[in-house]
Amino acid sequence: MKDLVSIREISKENIESILSTAASFKAVLKRDIKKVPALRGKTVVNLFFEPSTRTKTSFELAEKRLSTDVLNFSVPTSSVVKGETLLDTVRTIESYGVDCIVIRHSSSGVPHFIAKNSHASVVNAGDGTNEHPTQALLDAFSILERKDTLDGLRIAIIGDVHHSRVAKSNIYLFSNYKSEIRLIGPPALIPEFKGYNVSYFNSIEEGIEGADVVMMLRIQSERMTKGFFPSTLEYANLWGLNRQRLKLAKKDAIVMHPGPLNRGVEITSDVADSGQSIILEQVTNGLAVRMAVMYLLGRDNEQ
Amino acid sequence: MSNKLIIKNGRVIDPSQNIDSVCDLVIEDCKISDIIPASANANSSAAVIDASGMMVMPGLIDMHAHLREPGFEHKETIASGTLAAIKGGFTSVCAMPNTNPVNDSATVTTFIIKRAMKRGSCSVYPIGAITKGQNGEELAEMGMMLEAGCVAFSDDGRPVMNALVMKRAFEYSKAFGFPLISHCEDMNLTANGVMNEGSIATLLGLAGIPRSSEETIVSRDIMLAEEAGARLHIAHVSTKGSVEIIRRAKDRGVKVTAETCPHYFTTTEEMVIGYNTNAKVNPPLRCADDIAAIKQGLRDGTIDVIATDHAPHHADEKLLEFDRAPSGISGLETALGLSLRLVDEGVLSYADLCTKMSLAPARILGLDKGTLKKGACADVVIIDPNREYSVSSDKFLSKGKNTPFEGMTLKGMPAAVVVKGKYINILEL
Amino acid sequence: MRKELLSKKDIDRAVSRIAHEIIEKNRGLENICLVGIQSGGVHLAKRIASKIKEVEGIDLNIGSLDISFYRDDVGIRKQQPVVRSSDITCEVSGMRIILVDDVLFTGRSIRAAMDAIMDFGRPAVIQLVVLIDRGHRELPIRADYVGKNIPTALDENVEVCLAEDCAEEGVYITGSQTEGK
Repeated sequence: MKDLVSIREISKENIESILSTAASFKAVLKRDIKKVPALRGKTVVNLFFEPSTRTKTSFELAEKRLSTDVLNFSVPTSSVVKGETLLDTVRTIESYGVDCIVIRHSSSGVPHFIAKNSHASVVNAGDGTNEHPTQALLDAFSILERKDTLDGLRIAIIGDVHHSRVAKSNIYLFSNYKSEIRLIGPPALIPEFKGYNVSYFNSIEEGIEGADVVMMLRIQSERMTKGFFPSTLEYANLWGLNRQRLKLAKKDAIVMHPGPLNRGVEITSDVADSGQSIILEQVTNGLAVRMAVMYLLGRDNEQ
Repeated sequence: MSNKLIIKNGRVIDPSQNIDSVCDLVIEDCKISDIIPASANANSSAAVIDASGMMVMPGLIDMHAHLREPGFEHKETIASGTLAAIKGGFTSVCAMPNTNPVNDSATVTTFIIKRAMKRGSCSVYPIGAITKGQNGEELAEMGMMLEAGCVAFSDDGRPVMNALVMKRAFEYSKAFGFPLISHCEDMNLTANGVMNEGSIATLLGLAGIPRSSEETIVSRDIMLAEEAGARLHIAHVSTKGSVEIIRRAKDRGVKVTAETCPHYFTTTEEMVIGYNTNAKVNPPLRCADDIAAIKQGLRDGTIDVIATDHAPHHADEKLLEFDRAPSGISGLETALGLSLRLVDEGVLSYADLCTKMSLAPARILGLDKGTLKKGACADVVIIDPNREYSVSSDKFLSKGKNTPFEGMTLKGMPAAVVVKGKYINILEL
Repeated sequence: MRKELLSKKDIDRAVSRIAHEIIEKNRGLENICLVGIQSGGVHLAKRIASKIKEVEGIDLNIGSLDISFYRDDVGIRKQQPVVRSSDITCEVSGMRIILVDDVLFTGRSIRAAMDAIMDFGRPAVIQLVVLIDRGHRELPIRADYVGKNIPTALDENVEVCLAEDCAEEGVYITGSQTEGK
C-alpha cells in the first residue's frame, strides 16, 4: 500500500493489517516512553487546506511518536488565489524531500490527485464530503476493542450522512463485514449508496432499535441555513440522541461521535458523558490507528 | 478565366435537395454552380479534386462554440478556434458571448467579426448576450447587435434566472424574429453542484446537479416563448426529461428547437470517476437512460441540432481541484467522429446527420448555408468515412486540450473543406 | 537441499543446558524476566522457563517483544514481518532481562531488541540466549547462552521449527546455491 486515500478503494486485508498494527501501537502508547524509532529520518508534511485542530493534532502527535520529522503546512486560502495549480503545490512540497503527505482539503478528490502525481505516500485526512479514512479505521478499532468483532453488529449512523466523510468511510469499511448498517436522518441528508448493503430510516426510534453501535454525526449549522432542515431545535427534537432514545438500542450499545460535539443538538450531555459513550477512547485510538497507517505506508513505500 | 473547382466522384449528400448519390460538385466563383452526374471527363479549365469513396456534404455549422476572444485568449482565440473548426469539418461557427468584455454591444460584435475576417479560417457568426454583462437583469442592445452581425442571442454559460427578464426578452425578440438560445439551468437547484446528482456523486463525495435544474428552466422558457409567440432554441440538452418536455412542446406547435452535444449521447457520468476534470462539463454528463432518450430525440426530430459546445480551457485550469476546475469540453475536433457513431449505430442516416450539423442550424439562424443548391455559398466538407483514428489532444489545433475522449478510436474523418470556394486539405493542416 | 542440524532431542538438550547455565549464572534467580523476541524466541523463552521451574521450582516472569518498530532494515528487506504484540507485564527498570531468540545472525535484531527494551525502562542487566549462532555478525554482539554454534554460508538459511508451530520439530539448513555447483 503506497497511499491511504480512500477506504472504498482498499482491501479488507489492508484494513485488518492496519487494525492489528494499531493494537501494537496502542500498547506502545501505554508505556512511559511513548515514542518508537520506527520512521526515524522520514519527513512527513501535514498539508491542511481546511482548518482542523483535532485531526491535525492527532496526526502530528502520531508522526512525532514514530520519530518522523514533521512539517506543518497550513494553507488557509486556496492555491488558486495565488495562481498556482494543485500540481505546483505538490511539486513544491515534494522538493523538500518528504516521504509522506497528510492532506486535508475542502475539495473531494484532492488526495487522489496528489497520490497520482507524487512519489510520496499520501494519507487522506479528510477530503470535502468524500472520505475520512483514518476516522473510519479508528472507529472500527474502537468498536473492535469493545465488541471483539466487526461482524454481526447493528450499527446505526445518525445525522447528516450526505455531507459526512466520516459516515461514508464507515459505510465503505463495514461493507467488508457482515454487519448491518442503518442510516438515520432527514431524507435530504440520507443519500442512496448504490451497491452497498445499507438500510435507510427517517425515524430515529425505528432505526436505533437493537443497535450495538450508535454513531452520531456532527451537525454543521451551515446546513441549516441551506435549508436541509428547519432549525437546530427541530433537529434536536427529531433526530438528537437522548437517554430515552438510547434505551431503544441494546443495553450494552456504545455511543460514538467523531467530535467536536454539539451538546444539546445531535447529542445530549447525559448521553455524551455516560458510561456507554466511548468518545474519548476514540480520540486515544485515533493516535494508535494513525501511527499504524503511517508506519505501514512508510514501510511499504520505500522499496 | 473563372475560378472553377470540381469535386469528382464523391457521394454527395444534400438533404435540402434530397440528394444522396455519387456525382460531381462544381464550384465556381465561390458559389455552388452545379451538381452533375459523375463523369470521367476531366474539365481542363478547372481544378479537380478526386473524392472517390468520400462523402461530400454542405460544410458543417456549429451553432454553439466558445471562441474565448476577446478576453480569454489563453484558452482560445478566433484564429485557433476557427482552425480547430476547419479540422473538425466545420465551415461556420457561432461564437457565444461569454467573453471579456461580454458580447453585449455592437462594438464587441464588430470586433469579433473584424477579427474573424482577418484571422479566422472559417465563417464566424457572433451570438450576442440577452442581458447586459450576462447579468440577467437589463436587456442588452439586441437590435443594434443584430445589425452589427449577431445571428441569435443567448446568455450561455448561465441562465437568465429572472423569468420576467426572460419574458421581456422573448417579447422583444419578436420585433426581429431571431431566436433566443437558452442555457437552461436553475442556479438555485445547481447550487454548488459539479456533476450529475446521483449515486456516483455520492460515492465521489461531489455535490450533484439535479436533472430538475435543467428541466425546470426548459419548461419555464417553453412556457414563456409559447406565451410570447417567440422563438426559442434550447442549448445543450442533457436529460431524458428535457427531451420529453421539448417533444410535447413541439407537438403543440411551440416555436422551439433544440440542440444536444456529442458528449451527451456518447458518455456518462461514470467518466468522472477518478475526479477526471476533463469530464467536468455543464450541464453534466448524465446516465445511460438519458443517452438513450437523447438518441431517440435525435431520431424522431425532437432534437434538431448537434452542436459542439466547444469550451476550450487552458491545461493548468483543468489541473485544479475538481470543484474548482472550469466546466467544458474542447469539442470541435471530435464532434463529427462522435456523431458518425450514430450513423454506425443506425440512429441517424448520413442525410439526418448532415441536417443536424448543417442544414438545421442554418435554418434556425437564418443563414444561407447548409445546402448545395445552385448559387449557395460554396461551403463544403469532404469526409473520409472509413478512416479510423485515435483521439489525441496533442494533435488538436484548438488551444483547449480538454477532452474526455483521449485515446478513443473514431471512424470517419473530414479530409478537406471548401470555405467560400477556397479548398483546404485538412490532412495538411 | 535441506539438512537437519538439530533433532527434537538435540533441541531439548540445548534448552535444558541453557536453563542450567542461567540458574548458575544468575544466583538466586531474583528479578529475572525472560523475554522472547517475536516470533521465534517466544516459545523458547517459555520452554526455558518451564525447565527452570522443573529444576528450581521458581516461576520466572516471561514476556514477549516485537521489534518491528526498532528495525533498521525498513525499506531494505523486501518482505517485512507482520507486526506482533509486545507483552511485558513486569516493571523493566532494575530487572535482569534475558532476551531469547532462535537464531543469532547479523546481530541487528538484538540491537533492535535492546533498544526496544530500553524504552520500557532501565534494566539492570541484559543477557542473551540463542538456540543457534550462525555467525556473520555485523555488530559487536555476543550471546551469553548458545544452544549450538553452526558455521554457515551467507546465502544459506537456518530454519528453526518448534512443535508449537510446526509439524516436525528440528533445526534445518537450506538453500546454499554454491553447494550444488
